Amino acid sequence: MKQGFFEIKSNKGLTADVFEMKLVGDTSAITASGQFVNIKIDGEFLRRPISVCDYTEKELTLIYKVVGSGTEKLSKMQGGKLDILTGLGNGYNLEKSGDKPLLIGGGVGIPPMFNLCKKLIKKGKTPSVILGFNTKSEIFYQEEFNSLGVNVYVSTVDGSSETKGFVTDVMKDLEYTYFYTCGPMPMFLSIEKIAKTSGQYSFEERMGCGFGACMGCSCKTKYGNKRICVDGPVLEREEVIW
Amino acid sequence: MVDTKVVLSGLELDNPIIPASGTFGFGKEFKDFYDINILGSFSFKGTTLEERFGNPTPRIAQTPMGMLNAVGLQNPGVKHVVEHELPEMKKYFHKKVIANVSGFSIDEYAKTCEILDKEEQVGILEVNISCPNVHNGGMAFGTDAKNALEVTKAVKKVTTKPVYIKLSPNVTDIVSIAKAVEDGGADGISLINTLLGMRINLKNRKPILANKTGGFSGSAILPVALRMVYQVYEAVKIPLIGMGGITTAEDVIEMMLAGATAVQVGAANLVNPYACKEIIEDLPRVMEKYRINSLKEIIGGAHNG
Repeated sequence: MKQGFFEIKSNKGLTADVFEMKLVGDTSAITASGQFVNIKIDGEFLRRPISVCDYTEKELTLIYKVVGSGTEKLSKMQGGKLDILTGLGNGYNLEKSGDKPLLIGGGVGIPPMFNLCKKLIKKGKTPSVILGFNTKSEIFYQEEFNSLGVNVYVSTVDGSSETKGFVTDVMKDLEYTYFYTCGPMPMFLSIEKIAKTSGQYSFEERMGCGFGACMGCSCKTKYGNKRICVDGPVLEREEVIW
Repeated sequence: MVDTKVVLSGLELDNPIIPASGTFGFGKEFKDFYDINILGSFSFKGTTLEERFGNPTPRIAQTPMGMLNAVGLQNPGVKHVVEHELPEMKKYFHKKVIANVSGFSIDEYAKTCEILDKEEQVGILEVNISCPNVHNGGMAFGTDAKNALEVTKAVKKVTTKPVYIKLSPNVTDIVSIAKAVEDGGADGISLINTLLGMRINLKNRKPILANKTGGFSGSAILPVALRMVYQVYEAVKIPLIGMGGITTAEDVIEMMLAGATAVQVGAANLVNPYACKEIIEDLPRVMEKYRINSLKEIIGGAHNG
């Protein structure tokens, strides 16, 4: 957990409302895939928590969807510096992946799967990826995932690209040793119904601070009360109370 | 060299800066950002007799210049606080702490305070009769002068520590409540808790918070807090801890001029984890700018002449 200033290197639209921002700064506080950052935006009282898509020692890639006033302002920024808290949340645990983990991202739940996929490959694993979208025009990062040399499956609800339906329509026919996922709650509920192995879910919640102080984002789990921002956002399948 | 020391009911603080309950946990989350021993003190997470999860989420919403929260007093219960949080806190905070206590009956307030009374780390008991996010408790005691008096008397009976009653701004006449708790034997008053508010989501046309309403805090509420501290200062003789929207060292001076002996910083900690550190470091500069040698001299200064 660290506060620092990051310089905006690029900020471009990937689809009509999903943007990719690359920033330069000290990423040393980031220790795991699936962690998030909390960004101060001028004129917005609360910071905006955004999951980390990818990072190197000096660079941070964030992908975010414009959903309100904060992310709208963010989408219009070109150059300049941002006050960011980094290294927030627990992130995914890679130890339990087995040899053939399955990564499932739905919409803006896809970004954290990117660094996770790279890390798993580096560990000698053979991950497969399912990317779920509503329609063809909302697809992003398919090429980037393809370039990692893994099996990439795409589902669209309207069938405008690849498998028609939901991520679970792809998932049901695959063999895997473990799963990692991030996306909307209805997708989680469908995955929970058909998943054949253990896995990890990354949750989203409205946050006050993002570092455990305000208890704004608490949830109940089988292992007791947890704060999504510090004890999560990643929870294991076994502990989630649906 | 300016003097930032202040005294609350015999407890000398290096400076008047106290993170407010509910925005600082038990201090753990902030000790990684800076050495929290620079603080005057801090008021730990509101504690009840039994463990509480609080309200369903969403519990947080943004407002212009502020935020709403409807956490609903999530805490591990006083037994856990005494057995785990306080011994742990001793390792990284070496000053007296303020114990913030909440309850759902007069008996519960008294029982919780009686347990905390035995803790040597606790310098002041801050009795919260003003939480807007719990039902049949909290604020119900702080919006009725008779109930406020009864809670104060019950708590005073079980402790020898200074008792500060934390008041709600969600009342027609805060002065009558302040006088009631002074009559009940309170050693001081903390004010203000959050203002009851709401936000509505335009997409689904429903309140954003699952609890529908929440407590409004942040820089937007500073003038309301200043007005109430000013009014209460004129009506009671006991010391006041002023809070509500304080973000800068200038805000601290303003609150002390209104009548506060010390101040609490709340929502600012959540958006800037260094908020209290920055205020403390900036205080000497602001004091010199306004030719203040000692903070003690300016308490209630706005009432002179």
